Amino acid sequence: MATTPVRLGETGSGFLQQVALGPLLSRFAVDEVGAGERAAALAKRSIKKESKVAALRLAVAVMDLTTLEGADTVGKVQALCSKARRPDPSDPEVPPVAAICVYPSLVATARQALAGSGVKVASVATAFPSGQASLAVRLADVAEAVEAGADEIDMVINRGAFLAGRHQEVFEEIVVVKEACGQARLKVILETGELGTLDNVRRASVLAMAAGADFIKTSTGKIQPAATLPVALVMLEAIRDFHDRTGRMVGMKPAGGVRTAKQAIQHLVVVNETLGPDWLTPEWFRLGASSLLNDCLMQLAKERSGRYQSGDYFTKD
Amino acid sequence: MAEGERLDVRKTYKLYIGGKFPRTESGRSYLVSDAKGKPWANACRGSRKDVRDAVQAARKAAPGWSGATAYNRGQVLYRVAEMLEGRREQFVDEVARAEGVTRRVAAETVDKAVDRWVWYAGWADKLTQVFGSANPVAGPYFNFSVPEPTGVVGVVAPAASSLLGLVSRLAPVIVSGNTCVVVASETRPLPAITLAEVLATSDLPGGVVNLLTGFAAELVGPLASHLDVNALDLGGLDLALYREAELAAAENVKRVVPPVKLSARDWLSDAKGQDPYWIAAFLEIKTVWHPIGV
Repeated sequence: MATTPVRLGETGSGFLQQVALGPLLSRFAVDEVGAGERAAALAKRSIKKESKVAALRLAVAVMDLTTLEGADTVGKVQALCSKARRPDPSDPEVPPVAAICVYPSLVATARQALAGSGVKVASVATAFPSGQASLAVRLADVAEAVEAGADEIDMVINRGAFLAGRHQEVFEEIVVVKEACGQARLKVILETGELGTLDNVRRASVLAMAAGADFIKTSTGKIQPAATLPVALVMLEAIRDFHDRTGRMVGMKPAGGVRTAKQAIQHLVVVNETLGPDWLTPEWFRLGASSLLNDCLMQLAKERSGRYQSGDYFTKD
Repeated sequence: MAEGERLDVRKTYKLYIGGKFPRTESGRSYLVSDAKGKPWANACRGSRKDVRDAVQAARKAAPGWSGATAYNRGQVLYRVAEMLEGRREQFVDEVARAEGVTRRVAAETVDKAVDRWVWYAGWADKLTQVFGSANPVAGPYFNFSVPEPTGVVGVVAPAASSLLGLVSRLAPVIVSGNTCVVVASETRPLPAITLAEVLATSDLPGGVVNLLTGFAAELVGPLASHLDVNALDLGGLDLALYREAELAAAENVKRVVPPVKLSARDWLSDAKGQDPYWIAAFLEIKTVWHPIGV
């Protein structure tokens, strides 16, 4: 296990000059009111009938079904995995979810339960959710998850360093975590609820993408507010501008606070309007959620039967 | 305008969902006339999405209300009676105008509505003793049957008796811990909305009673087919709509209470207008076996 101390400054140092993204970090000011209004306007889109059914199925297909509780057990993760393979046994049209997201200690369990299903296993790491541990410990956390078979790693950024203005340190930490991931894709959690302003959200997004993130993710789900639409919009615009500048696609994952099918569809609309349909696949867009799946299934059942549904008829996760 | 004259401050009649008074999601309204046919006010013409929101609010309120002690529920119902008494004059005016009766009859009706809340409030901590039992069994067990609330109940209020009829059907539903979605009388909805204002100021938790106004033909379908509704009191429906609702309710085997035909006089009578078995209609009996000596 990689517990050798890592000295920062040896990797990617001086990136601001190298990558020429410095201006994006310092000069950018986000129009908070404008972002709020744009998000609110897009949220009003009326998606009905066939489009709604298609959107709901897409929401299921891009979902990272998540359980990150102290009370998680092997049994609970196995149950969640069987739900991930086939979310609604009564409706063959409902696709499997994109991934299961668990703590590193349960990756092996999930790996086994999902064998052959095509559903990915994602693991949070780097002393999730606070990230307040030494870099060596955080890297060991990543290595453990990767060894246990995680396809994707959700890391948290060092918000303490970021808010203190030590951007270089945050950048270099992401770089070394990315190296530790090996083949696994890296999602970088910005924890926007702790960043304070949309300017910071934009800055952290650019930082994470420049450092090699495959995905940028809003939140851990442990802090409120989490994935609000304006925040998602700002991150999506950062991805768009980064893609324009570098030609590299980066994925987006809103997580935390997306509880209803309606909210999920609003996120899909914002992605479609900002990045276009290329991003609306499990490859480049994910919705991190625990209670969202049942609401999507209930809405799909409602579209099918014409009857409003009851939680009594769906499995409790 | 001459000195001292005032502009009318007219009331906007809205829905009552989850302890708040929203307008209908659909933005529609319909004209309500008084008993003489004179236009009186515009009421919200609720939609199926209002039904959905109301059922959601009722479901959310269910654990808290059914988990409250019987003593507490009795106190809250008595508090409703107190608040209703305090606004007696307003209700007398509204009932007289809605039902076209004299002020004397309207006053009698409002007084009876207050008394009915008090009567059902008294049942809160007695219904378990009356409808439950300790059963003799052939074995070393204690065997208890205890009543529990059915859950979320849809109530279609009586069409003619706008206040007393509604109170007489509503109080027995909520006294045992059910929460409900009420469809007010289509032609006489205004006293029901004013009653909602009383409920909102009576310590009754938001969402225990949700009140919709609009066309029964439009609202009862989604309510009857909603899988999160556990029972229906279809007291105010005519026969054709009742048959339709009964069919829709069969999908998840709701308890359905058929229409009751009572005249305005009957609602005023204690012998006909109140009944502990109207409470029992929305109770489920749970029987528990407990080994003796453990």
